[in-house]
Amino acid sequence: MIRAALPLALLALTTACQDQASGGAGARAQITTVGSSTVYPFTTIVAEQFLANNPDARPPVIESTGTGAGMRLFCAGIGAAHPDIVNASRRMKRSEFDDCVKHGATEILEVQVGIDGVAFAEAKNGPNMALTPADLYSALAATPGGKKNKARTWRDVNPALPNTPIQVYGPPSTSGTRDALAELILARGCEDSDPSAKALKASDEDAFKARCQRVREDGAYIDAGENDNLIVQKLTANPNAIGVFGYSYLEENAGAVDGVPIADVAPSTATIVDGSYPGARPLYIYVKKSHLDAVPGLRLFIRQYAKLWGAGGPLARRGLIPAPADVQARSAQVVQSETPLDGNLLK
Amino acid sequence: MTDRAPTDWRTDAMRRRIVRRYGAERRFRMFGLGAIILSAGFLAFLIVTMVMQGAAGFTETRVSLPIDFAAAELTVTPEQLRGDRGNLALAGAGLEGVVDGAAGAAFAQQGGAELLSDGAWLRVRDTLKANPGMLRGRTAIDVPVATDIDVAYKGDGTPEAEQVVAALGDRLSRGLNRDFFGNADATDPTRVGIWGALKGSLLTMFVTLILAFPIGVLSALYLEEYAPKNRWTDLIEVSINNLAAVPSIIFGLLGLAVFLGTFGLPRSAPIVGGLTLALMTMPVIVIAGRNAIKAVPPSIRDAALGIGASPVQVVFHHVLPLALPGILTGTIIGMARALGETAPLLMIGMRAFIAAPPEGLTDPATVLPVQIFLWSDEVARGFVEKTSAAIIVLLVFLLAMNGVAIYLRNRFETRW
Repeated sequence: MIRAALPLALLALTTACQDQASGGAGARAQITTVGSSTVYPFTTIVAEQFLANNPDARPPVIESTGTGAGMRLFCAGIGAAHPDIVNASRRMKRSEFDDCVKHGATEILEVQVGIDGVAFAEAKNGPNMALTPADLYSALAATPGGKKNKARTWRDVNPALPNTPIQVYGPPSTSGTRDALAELILARGCEDSDPSAKALKASDEDAFKARCQRVREDGAYIDAGENDNLIVQKLTANPNAIGVFGYSYLEENAGAVDGVPIADVAPSTATIVDGSYPGARPLYIYVKKSHLDAVPGLRLFIRQYAKLWGAGGPLARRGLIPAPADVQARSAQVVQSETPLDGNLLK
Repeated sequence: MTDRAPTDWRTDAMRRRIVRRYGAERRFRMFGLGAIILSAGFLAFLIVTMVMQGAAGFTETRVSLPIDFAAAELTVTPEQLRGDRGNLALAGAGLEGVVDGAAGAAFAQQGGAELLSDGAWLRVRDTLKANPGMLRGRTAIDVPVATDIDVAYKGDGTPEAEQVVAALGDRLSRGLNRDFFGNADATDPTRVGIWGALKGSLLTMFVTLILAFPIGVLSALYLEEYAPKNRWTDLIEVSINNLAAVPSIIFGLLGLAVFLGTFGLPRSAPIVGGLTLALMTMPVIVIAGRNAIKAVPPSIRDAALGIGASPVQVVFHHVLPLALPGILTGTIIGMARALGETAPLLMIGMRAFIAAPPEGLTDPATVLPVQIFLWSDEVARGFVEKTSAAIIVLLVFLLAMNGVAIYLRNRFETRW
């Protein structure tokens, strides 16, 4: 037995060494994508259609890592060892772009594929909450108004709200949904409730972020991992809790949970497209331009994306909200002409 | 010597003591039996719920779809259908549109092409390739239905889908879902398969076994039979015991840093998964191996040395064969743990959507527990039964591994 196993072990080690040689050289037969768990289901659909239309292509690898972790992997360099596409549920940050440039990925295509809303939901038998960004800011920020958050119940936040403990299930800090919560809801609530915050935003952005966008960590906000189904389950088990996730999950689970209106606007496809719902955000894919020629099929893959993202298309059926017509035209233009992103436009 | 009256067993005090002793005996037996019944109950509950939910995952609902190929005028000749080119020829001739059109004509009341699974036209394609004569006539082919109809036919659908099922009546039928054993991941629950993940698991386990087993056994042999007892070997022993208890996610981070970072191996590949899990499994094999080697009676070694065997001969002709059953048990425990592991594999990119089975050790792949995790995270209702079906496949795989271990152990077992 041992006599047979040893040569096999050696064989495995040699294969490993050969792979090491090819790993860095830039030859890779399949497309690799990383990033947001919100964009993941849409990219898997595109991958499937891509395979159906190109039966000879190797299947793309689509990982769901969260936007932040995906950006780190994406920007770690160019070549076969690094992913071709990152799915993002927010715009790339200036710091991430700089990181990309530092590692050689200077030309990046930015393609907005659609819109998603950050939805707040409660169980069907919940207390029918109606919140404002200011309420959510006072309930969820680590230091609302510069002081440590001591609110325990919703009534502590706003006397009109029920006297139930603040329990909010949401995604972890690596998630783009969490970034959208901080940037769209908390930052707005901060500016609404605290007039000095606006001045602070102009003068010291880091201090603004620390005061307005940091989520409390004392148990009121409960990190439920990158598993949105788990949040839905927790909500049905605990009617007093509020859940935070992407709008497509709310739509799919309309039978189990109800959307919570924010500033008197209920989350729906209509309110998200017209911009009246405060929790809407764009979804992007970022593609390395230098990989378009190196990785077989990558160009066809992003064109396939452009074919599917329209209203009534397969992505919309799965829950993606199509972007407004002018944004769609601009994205299609980027895919066609392969115009790289100008880093100076990023924040 | 002092005189002592013999114990009088008939006094009340003695009788009470005897009753208490027997009572304690009985209670202990009951507790033991209770523990066994409780764990058997949990196991039975797990298996029964999984089989009840998962059994439906191995079947698919089909609808009989009448297609008139002669009228559809596909620009394909029966000769072109042979081999791989047939797929391309039929896709190019617009077979998908023909199937959708046929569904629209046959099931206008029930939603037309919406009624069929995305993969329905692939079934038509394969049927056509098997019977090229069909191209010239009118025929009915059983094709898989869309997931909401499938779930409703199995008895757990939405009211609208239930109505469609009632309207279709006996045009629906049920059959074994062969695609489930041949496909990989997909976005439509009627098209998913477990073969991709199963093959990924097999490749990963293969790498783990051929690395962890020989290295683990040789380490155990050296430490037991050759190594001097000093501070260094004590340190090594403590380290190995510690390694066996380290949470698996740490090995994932190690694999990420060493195999992907330093060696530049490809992400999501079974070879990296296997290497990482081998790191995790090896200490378990070393510990089990050392205990098994320790349990070989010294008289065997002394006798062999006494008739002139060299130390290497003693080890390989006598000690190792006698210790092998124990080593194999430890190996299987370690391998079973590795088979069910997800955390370290997430770190090295094996949590991914991959629509085709891996073709080698360096192809991107996923493994069974990760696939179960991915499907449990899907929103579509049809994935619930697929998740349970995948769990059944994982349990069968585990049982098969344990079965092999028991067979090997019984073959090599020696009693003295």
